[in-house]
Amino acid sequence: MSRYLIPLVVFLALVVLLWKGLSLNPREIPSPLVGKPAPAFSLPQLYKEDEKISPEDMKGKVWVLNVWASWCVSCRAEHKVVTNFVKKDGVDVLGLNYKDYGTEEYGDAAKRWLVQFGNPYSKIAVDADGRTGINWGVYGVPESFVVDKKGIIRYKFTGPLNQKNIDEKLVPLITQLRAEEG
Amino acid sequence: MIPELGQMSLIIALAISVMLGLIPLYGTFRGNSSYMAFARPASYAQWVFMAFSFGCLVYAFVTDDFSVRYVATTSNSALPLLFKVSAVWGAHEGSLLLWGFILSTWTLAVALFSRSIPAVMLSRVLSVLGLIAVGFFLFLLITSNPFDRIPMQADGRDLNPLLQDVGLAIHPPMLYMGYVGFSVAYAFAVAAMIGGKLDVAWARWARPWTNIAWVFLTIGIALGSWWAYYELGWGGWWFWDPVENASLMPWLVGTALMHSLVITEKRGMFKAWTVLLAVGAFSLSLLGTFLVRSGVLTSVHSFASDPERGLFILVFLLLVIGISLVLFSIRAPKFASNATFELVSRESGLLANNIILVVMACAVLLGTLFPLITDALAIGKISVGPPYFNFIMVPLGVVLAIVMGFGLLMRWKKDSFSRLWGIVWLPLIFALVAAIILPLVFAPEFSGLSLMGLLISSWIAFTALMWVIKQKRSPFKLSGTSWGALLGHIGLAVSFTGITLVSVYNVEKDVRLAPNESYELGGYQFTFLGVKDSQGPNYTAYRGTIDITRDKASVAVLNPEKRTYRIQTMPMTEAGIDAGIFRDLFVALGEPLGSNGAWSLRVQYKPFVRWVWLGAILMGLGGLFAAFDKRYRRLSKKAQTTSQKTSNKEVYA
Repeated sequence: MSRYLIPLVVFLALVVLLWKGLSLNPREIPSPLVGKPAPAFSLPQLYKEDEKISPEDMKGKVWVLNVWASWCVSCRAEHKVVTNFVKKDGVDVLGLNYKDYGTEEYGDAAKRWLVQFGNPYSKIAVDADGRTGINWGVYGVPESFVVDKKGIIRYKFTGPLNQKNIDEKLVPLITQLRAEEG
Repeated sequence: MIPELGQMSLIIALAISVMLGLIPLYGTFRGNSSYMAFARPASYAQWVFMAFSFGCLVYAFVTDDFSVRYVATTSNSALPLLFKVSAVWGAHEGSLLLWGFILSTWTLAVALFSRSIPAVMLSRVLSVLGLIAVGFFLFLLITSNPFDRIPMQADGRDLNPLLQDVGLAIHPPMLYMGYVGFSVAYAFAVAAMIGGKLDVAWARWARPWTNIAWVFLTIGIALGSWWAYYELGWGGWWFWDPVENASLMPWLVGTALMHSLVITEKRGMFKAWTVLLAVGAFSLSLLGTFLVRSGVLTSVHSFASDPERGLFILVFLLLVIGISLVLFSIRAPKFASNATFELVSRESGLLANNIILVVMACAVLLGTLFPLITDALAIGKISVGPPYFNFIMVPLGVVLAIVMGFGLLMRWKKDSFSRLWGIVWLPLIFALVAAIILPLVFAPEFSGLSLMGLLISSWIAFTALMWVIKQKRSPFKLSGTSWGALLGHIGLAVSFTGITLVSVYNVEKDVRLAPNESYELGGYQFTFLGVKDSQGPNYTAYRGTIDITRDKASVAVLNPEKRTYRIQTMPMTEAGIDAGIFRDLFVALGEPLGSNGAWSLRVQYKPFVRWVWLGAILMGLGGLFAAFDKRYRRLSKKAQTTSQKTSNKEVYA
């Protein structure tokens, strides 16, 4: 009889997993980096390859780092929301183009993607080997970080941003951070 | 008033389903035939009330009753009539009502068309379906009532523009017909386990139902893929997205089930395994619903998800699957069969088919749940993407194809490779020739991947043809089952061909074109004639015009659009597609560039992409042929005449 119990045991294990899954929010991951200074990087820009960009340049501003890639399907869904967010709330969103090695000509895929879906980013840093992503603790794409005027990460969002989250969390947080002294 | 009637009707349907779930089942244990006879009229009544309830919701949508919360959130007065109707299943509550309605429809169909089945068995099957309905109707009424009222709204918040499309109007009903259809095979399996007896007749009853459910699921998946292709605007047709995977898993297990039912019917073997597959196919359908509706996984297709509802579905899953698996662990040991077969035999072939398909389903399940697993184990959230799925599924698909070719030609019980070689050399040579010649004719360059893909596809197709030819019957005298197997196998070969060729030879370019500039791709000249504003019923659009010529002869004029829907202010890319059997030309509008009317355009040449769906249509046809094989009807007639004879005897006795 025991081998006929295997399906039941496998199924019960699955139920435990799914039950745990319900209590986890797939979009929110506590990051040990929240409250810490944003990890430094100096990366080439997507449209100006000889110019570097670093978080230092953004000091004194409240800004958002949005990690995306042309191969990431949920980024497409998120992109409209990010575009709206930039237009409506006037937030400085820096794009981090993460491990975009989809084509032989590197960066090509990313540019084509932006041509199709639009480019809301003020600047785009290119993280070809994903080192910066590792330093920032990127689990998956897309992810977004809110950084305050002093260059400290204040909030991290994993997964595609949605309007509800922007309205309820990001906008109030950014308004509050803007009021803080730099 | 009408929405209240709909809700009332739903409550009555719930009451009926409770009775349907308990009374006939109780009757089968007590041997009370009047309790058992309750099953059929209850199934009819349940359907009538569900149909009425569903009709009320449709009525609320068509008449723009924005005092109903669900209507106000998913419809709008400016929506064209067709989309007002399809908006009924455009979000969670209505989808579930459609689920419930379809479940009651399947129950009705079983009650109507299973007159040859013994009363005890039929009563149990209908009772099990009734119990499933109890769960769904409760879920509807407790967590997702589509008839909830709110203060009258001036207008509705509109249907998600992505869903305002003919393909998506019919995709969910088809898919649900498939998902829910597996509940019939499931009910047969559970009914057999309750009775503790599983005979060959059981497999014969379950086969046509399984086939029909599988047909709906196949067509539903193909429609979804087709919709994603032209509506999401970037020309992909499969993304290994959790929601797509949720439909693929029951399909894989359902395919395995169709084949294992053959062995159980013909040879009385693998009974426990077949029952397990029947439980598995429906369980995976429910799991799919859970994944789509609960929000535990993020997906581009999750148009409606809510974690609180997830708990309800999970408890429901636990009951439905858990109880049937407990029953399985008790009853299955009795199902053992002492029939034997040799290593090289059709039994082995079908077993290999089953194992490969189930491994595929498990691989998809693992890949889909992987982010959840790593998250629950607190090692972070790691998604596996297309690389994982392609890495696993492509080799398994190749092995499956090889087995498929041999499987049809194998004999039951005992066969030998030397005999098989005597048959397969011919299709093998044909397949080799096709795989080498075809790319030379139309393909720009040689590719090992396309050679392999074409080789396995034509291997499947030619062995299936060989099998039919060897039967030496005229096509008109071929049995439905044979037609089913032939079309099913050839359909898969057609899909494999399409998948291979479009993956290998797809050409995709993003170009910037000013008006009257042109670009050449795949031998076609794409001339951009500019963009004009245009007005739709509930959107404004930029409408581009692209003239396509080949060797100066006009091929097509395409009008890709970039729409902005007024209510949800959501930009939508509507691709312009010139469809053809051997190639699609695909143009999507990007962004305006500069002031001289130049735009960025995505231009694609997609060879054989239609074959992906064409194959699914053939497979669906095959499933229909098999389901309506005469012998099922002949058997039911025979059973009817015998039952008439017995009743006559009773009269004269």
